[in-house]
Amino acid sequence: MTRSVIELTVTAEDRRVAWLATAAVGLSLVDAAIPSPLPGVKPGLANIVTLVVLARYGWGTAVWVSALRVLAGSLLLGYFLAPGFFLSLTGTTLSLLTLGLARHLPARWFGPVSLSILAAFAHIGGQLLLARAWLIPHDGVFLLTPVFAAAALVFGTINGLIAAKLLAEPAPTEAA
Amino acid sequence: MSWLALIRPGDWLVMLLSAAVVGASIPVFWVGGLADRAIIRQEGKVFAEVDLKVRKQFEVGGPLGTTLIAVEPGRARVVSDPGPRQYCVKQGWLMRPGEIAICAPNRVSIQIAGRTKVYDSISY
Repeated sequence: MTRSVIELTVTAEDRRVAWLATAAVGLSLVDAAIPSPLPGVKPGLANIVTLVVLARYGWGTAVWVSALRVLAGSLLLGYFLAPGFFLSLTGTTLSLLTLGLARHLPARWFGPVSLSILAAFAHIGGQLLLARAWLIPHDGVFLLTPVFAAAALVFGTINGLIAAKLLAEPAPTEAA
Repeated sequence: MSWLALIRPGDWLVMLLSAAVVGASIPVFWVGGLADRAIIRQEGKVFAEVDLKVRKQFEVGGPLGTTLIAVEPGRARVVSDPGPRQYCVKQGWLMRPGEIAICAPNRVSIQIAGRTKVYDSISY
């Protein structure tokens, strides 16, 4: 019997993505534990990680971290491939696309707070559109839009401030 | 380092614009608008149609007795009803267009109407 040897080389970048994704998943769990008055209104703490990653390591890493977070978070919370998973995936995709565009805004004027608010709006917008197109094919879905938009503004601002605070500190030295 | 120092000038702009969008979204998405009128029916016939701008009480007679309805600016409710289960009383204040409280035993109902007609349910 021959043993097949599959060599997986793990780069420093891989380790970094894994660590950051772990942090994001941890925050997703905290998010899920916070009682919410309305399904869909969540602080979205994991986005803090996305914002910090975007600023420190670029958009590609942010996409990796977010995708892993959605996948692992849904597995841990037990909604993998359930409607909530696709809502989460759509929201994350749209907010990443928005961040991809918004990060080109002049940094002198627009900081993490702007990015966070825009991403939060893209996130809830994507979720509402998917919910309208697939889960609840009726315009009644949009009835709660003002509530969701207000929540996006509030939580987007708070998350952006936390991300800005974290980014104001020097970057941690790479630990293996 | 204070939190305010973390907000850059453009961030204020984004916050302000977002707040404006949120404010503007309220009349767009809350179709049917605010509650305009209350329609009180007795035996299926319109007993009274009231603008929800005044403070007024109505005594509507039915087969069991008198149902007392209170109208206030922007809302209306059934105050008391001779019916046995008191469902319409327990519903409390009705504020949104399309909301309805039915006191079936006494054959009295009160419905809130807005500018546009809204459905209270749609099934597929």
